[in-house]
Amino acid sequence: MLKQVEGSMAVAEAVAACRPEVICAYPISPQTHIVEGLSRMVKAGTLTSCEFVNVESEFAAMSVAIGASAAGARAYTATASQGLLYMVEAVYNASGLGLPIVMTVANRAIGAPINIWNDHSDAMSQRDSGWIQLYAETNQEATDLHVQAFLIAEELSLPVMVCMDGFILTHAYEQVDVPEQAQVDAFLPPFVPRQVLDPDEPVSIGSMVGPEAFTEVRYLAHARQMQALELIPQVSADFKRAFGRDSGGLVRPYRIQDAETVVIALGSILGTIKDVVDEMRDQGVSIGVLGITSFRPFPLDALREALAGAKRVVVLEKAFAVGIGGIVSSNVRTALAGQPTANYTVVAGLGGRPIGKDSLHTLFEQAGRDELEPLTFLDLDHELVERELARERANRRSGPSAENMLRDVGAVGPRLH
Amino acid sequence: MGAVPVKFYQVGSFAVGNRLLDPDLASVQSDPERANSLTSGHRACQGCGEALGARYALDAIMRATKGQMIAVNATGCLEVFSTPYPETSWRLPWLHSLFGNAPAVATGVAAAMHAKGRDDIRVVGQGGDGGTVDIGFACLSGMFERNDDVLYICYDNQAYMNTGVQRSGATPPAARTATTQTVGPEPGNVFGQGKDVPRIAMAHEIPYVATATVADLRDLEAKATRAMEFRGARYLHVLVPCPLGWGSASCDTIKVARLATQSGLFPVFEAVNGEVTSSTKIRHQVPVEEYLKLQSRYAHLFRPTRRDDVIKKLQAMADRNIERYGLLEPELAPAVPAAMSNEPVEVA
Amino acid sequence: MDKPFAITLDVGSSLANQTGSWRVERPMYVDLLPPCNQACPAGENIQKWLYDAEDGSYEKAWRTLVEENPFPAIMGRVCYHPCQSVCNRGKVDEAVGINSVERFLGDMALEQGWSLPVPAPDSGKRVLVVGAGPSGLSAAYHLRRLGHAVTLRDAAPLPGGMMRFGIPKYRLPRTVLDAEIKRVAEMGVTFELEHRTEHALDEMTAGGFDAVFLAVGAQIGKRAYVPAGEAARILDAVSVLHDVEDGELPLLGRRVAIYGGGNTAVDVARTAKRLGAEEAVIVYRRTRERMPANDSEVEEALEEGVLMKWLSTVKHADAGKLMIEKMALDASGFPQPTGEFEELEADSLVLALGQESDLSLLEDVPGLEVSDGVVKVDEHMMTGYPGIFAGGDMVPAERTVTVGVGHGKKAARNIDAWLRGGERPEPSKHPVAEFDKLNPWYYADAPHAVRPRLEAARRASTFDEVVQGLDASTALYEARRCMSCGNCFECDNCFGVCPDNAVIKLGPGNRFKIDLDYCKGCGICASECPCGAIVMVPEEG
Repeated sequence: MLKQVEGSMAVAEAVAACRPEVICAYPISPQTHIVEGLSRMVKAGTLTSCEFVNVESEFAAMSVAIGASAAGARAYTATASQGLLYMVEAVYNASGLGLPIVMTVANRAIGAPINIWNDHSDAMSQRDSGWIQLYAETNQEATDLHVQAFLIAEELSLPVMVCMDGFILTHAYEQVDVPEQAQVDAFLPPFVPRQVLDPDEPVSIGSMVGPEAFTEVRYLAHARQMQALELIPQVSADFKRAFGRDSGGLVRPYRIQDAETVVIALGSILGTIKDVVDEMRDQGVSIGVLGITSFRPFPLDALREALAGAKRVVVLEKAFAVGIGGIVSSNVRTALAGQPTANYTVVAGLGGRPIGKDSLHTLFEQAGRDELEPLTFLDLDHELVERELARERANRRSGPSAENMLRDVGAVGPRLH
Repeated sequence: MGAVPVKFYQVGSFAVGNRLLDPDLASVQSDPERANSLTSGHRACQGCGEALGARYALDAIMRATKGQMIAVNATGCLEVFSTPYPETSWRLPWLHSLFGNAPAVATGVAAAMHAKGRDDIRVVGQGGDGGTVDIGFACLSGMFERNDDVLYICYDNQAYMNTGVQRSGATPPAARTATTQTVGPEPGNVFGQGKDVPRIAMAHEIPYVATATVADLRDLEAKATRAMEFRGARYLHVLVPCPLGWGSASCDTIKVARLATQSGLFPVFEAVNGEVTSSTKIRHQVPVEEYLKLQSRYAHLFRPTRRDDVIKKLQAMADRNIERYGLLEPELAPAVPAAMSNEPVEVA
Repeated sequence: MDKPFAITLDVGSSLANQTGSWRVERPMYVDLLPPCNQACPAGENIQKWLYDAEDGSYEKAWRTLVEENPFPAIMGRVCYHPCQSVCNRGKVDEAVGINSVERFLGDMALEQGWSLPVPAPDSGKRVLVVGAGPSGLSAAYHLRRLGHAVTLRDAAPLPGGMMRFGIPKYRLPRTVLDAEIKRVAEMGVTFELEHRTEHALDEMTAGGFDAVFLAVGAQIGKRAYVPAGEAARILDAVSVLHDVEDGELPLLGRRVAIYGGGNTAVDVARTAKRLGAEEAVIVYRRTRERMPANDSEVEEALEEGVLMKWLSTVKHADAGKLMIEKMALDASGFPQPTGEFEELEADSLVLALGQESDLSLLEDVPGLEVSDGVVKVDEHMMTGYPGIFAGGDMVPAERTVTVGVGHGKKAARNIDAWLRGGERPEPSKHPVAEFDKLNPWYYADAPHAVRPRLEAARRASTFDEVVQGLDASTALYEARRCMSCGNCFECDNCFGVCPDNAVIKLGPGNRFKIDLDYCKGCGICASECPCGAIVMVPEEG
């Protein structure tokens, strides 16, 4: 049903339509509105046969989800940023045990310095956790991906993280076609767990595995993600048949036919990039966009195929690996191994910094001329960081960089001594 | 109250069984058909108190729930020695997730059961003292505070045994561990408040809190069974000596636990809705020294020089427990059926 | 279920891991000799019959008992129960009232008319038993069971010996005595009463007996020289008790003094009270602690008003009075005269200074050795003359009914071996289950059921039985106080306390077995066995 709705509420309604049996929640912005919505539905009795557990931490949230899932219940939780980090041990555990939990990550920066705004540092930190990671471009897609996520998760017995940009999506009111209960029921069969805690057929789940079998266990986890590479497009196709919408899949190409330059990105920024690409295409620039929906498993083949004709790729990412550079771009490089394609990494939008069309225009034009550095920090205040670096060179104990730089930009007044 | 005393037979209240006892009064452990929730072939050390305590408690719960139960285990000795691939010693549905999350995982299982309308399936969380009083404490407190329908059992062996005997929040003062070594002027663990989780559990006013030891099987079984009569969060704290970590003989596991209770160092009691309702009285009081001297973790209190000052402080702790829980007060006559009273009865 | 590889495992699969290989010591079930059994002069398997009695299997218990001793009802009244003195339960609370349970079983057998075991097939051998006291009767019983023909001769008109003519009725009602002797007679023992055996060897030869067991007892009261005036009335204890049994009331007077500190002295004092004496005073040269009489007898006598004069000897007896010298114990505990004298009013003085055997029937038996008034026997109870055995009060031993019964049994078994042309090997004994082998924690505190007593006022004037029996419930209770020292009683402790579930419960009566596939040898089962029936032994190799 089409409605004007906040992204979080659309997701909450989609999750509810998936008939979760256990939802656990711990508040952290910008994810809170989703679980608030779900808590209201459970309490009001519109979402039945569902336990809503107000846990004491994200670690507990994932742990409750683990217990629920192992007991055969469809389990859901949501988090972001520090919360995701706080539950990391359990995040790895859920995938290691092969429990099909679905979790929304409302992407947000990681501190310190503490910052509540959007980037992808949180989800990217969990790229190797063994979870499937799907990134939503729009609230419609975020909504749809949750429905697909339960299907994928339960089919493979693997947990799925649905990543949606904090605030940009979660708090945006827009028109979303929220899946109807009947549609979801037809699409998503009841959860039949692969393994379950059942007194009638007892098993021990979670053994200790030594060197003799650990590699094999890990290989099998990888193999299951490889299976997901086939399943995800299938589910997307099935979804399209059922709901009449394109959502999900591995990658989302946009005007990449014959494009010399292909911009690669994840999440909501794809919308802005597409606008810029449209404008540049109108100006005759050979440029296209490739959105990555499934970051884990990483669709190497799909990328290779999509980028076959490109001369260069610009990977614009909202997170980076300190000390080396791009995270997504290094994955893309793996896909393009052996190809002559130039690869530019652009780190943008950290901690919620807006990514303006003007900046992108300039960036893509530079890229088209191959004038980009391999690693670019979009809209970096070079003057500011140079001053700080100079200060550090002059005095090894120059005080906290963040505070110094904020003082430089006038955000913090000089302290009175 | 704990176990109903069966004084009639020569060992009725204290031994595991008796060939003459009415089957209804027999302990779970005396039953050849007992569940053996934790079966043979596990890799616990010789004389492991935790292996014993876990089987005692879980078998009783298996009986109380007619086998409709699920156990969630924290990381630790109990988990490691029971489930090294490719073998498991468990004979019930069992899940191990992490060190610090067993209470929350148990909550998840209970929530699942409730959502599915299977409230007949009961959930037990369990772990050692490290997983309970330290790393798992936040999850435990959360589970208590929400009053989730989970019985959590702490098998307390008073240190991190699985990692090689390091101090935990449950390590008693003066005890030697790998991180509280017997060097310097105050050897062993420091004197402090420790973390008295049974009392903290009571402060949550959960329906049922009890302590027990492997030295009193009937009491332990009675408490595990009684715990299943309640809904909501319940906590059972079981003292399980560790021959390795305590430096006691493997054959003395039960004896050491017994002396812990008979000295007053480990009070055995139960509490309903936050109030102590009964305590197990000391039968043959012993000075703490009797308990300490069986364990090499306290050897430095006796050699090379005797530390009467420290022993006195430990005795004071025992005396405080005796006072607080009335461990030497006369037992109130329990209202028991004639068949269980001290009076002679006919055998049918 | 589609179980993920290695993460999820099939329950109970650890049985594949046989932890028994860790073991350096293994537990072993043993049967130790309980102190009660060891102390029993009659060699009863007390622990076993208490075990049988515990579940109310009284006939089974009684049958176990009479394997060793055919007189439970008598024993339950007159035995001084050395078993109870050594009972390990005494260190926990109070000794098990073994004697009272024995009496209960004995009385029940009489009530129910249970009969003694059927004798073995006729051996063709004939044995003469001389003396129908406890020892002779016991020997006759055991010899009959072994299939031998037994002739039992006694000079008295009724069988029982000292049980009849020495022990007063208030301790042993004659109905009980007669009933238990009758049961032996019914096994086919030939009683020849009022037959004084003058020459043992002659009777053996004349009667064509293959063996003889002599148990003539010690029936002659020792006469100590007490200077006395002509009018002094001095009697001996054995005669007094015999006369009472025969219905002849001895003339003791209003005030009776009894000289001696043994059970006979106490019996006479209590008997005197019953015969109407206003005052019965026991005069003994040492202290109460050193008195040989059984403590419970002394206690009952005191309750009945018998007076005691400790550290006193009789220096002179006159009509109506005695001169007493006060004694003092020296460093080694012997009484020494002090030179202090006092007068004691007494109409009669009964001497209870011990008894001697009449061994005239052995005068012409070659090879026989007599010293200190008793006959020497070897470890098989045989005298120096092959085929002639002896026991009871006439051989060197403590003189009690129970010792006599034990001699009778031992002699019978040795006679049997001798008749069959061999020697009976000394049965090997298990190590004793001392208290420190037990784990007494497991025994609940339960004081023993004190047998109800006739109130003192009533018993002091009658010969009714003083000590009453237990009723069924108290007897059961008492039997269940047995700690089963050194013998598994299936308390399930080993089965329960094994951290490795390596003890197999074999079901009622079949005890337990160690599952060596899994036993790690921790030793908890042995430590926590209440009765010490498990020991740890090193693994070989």
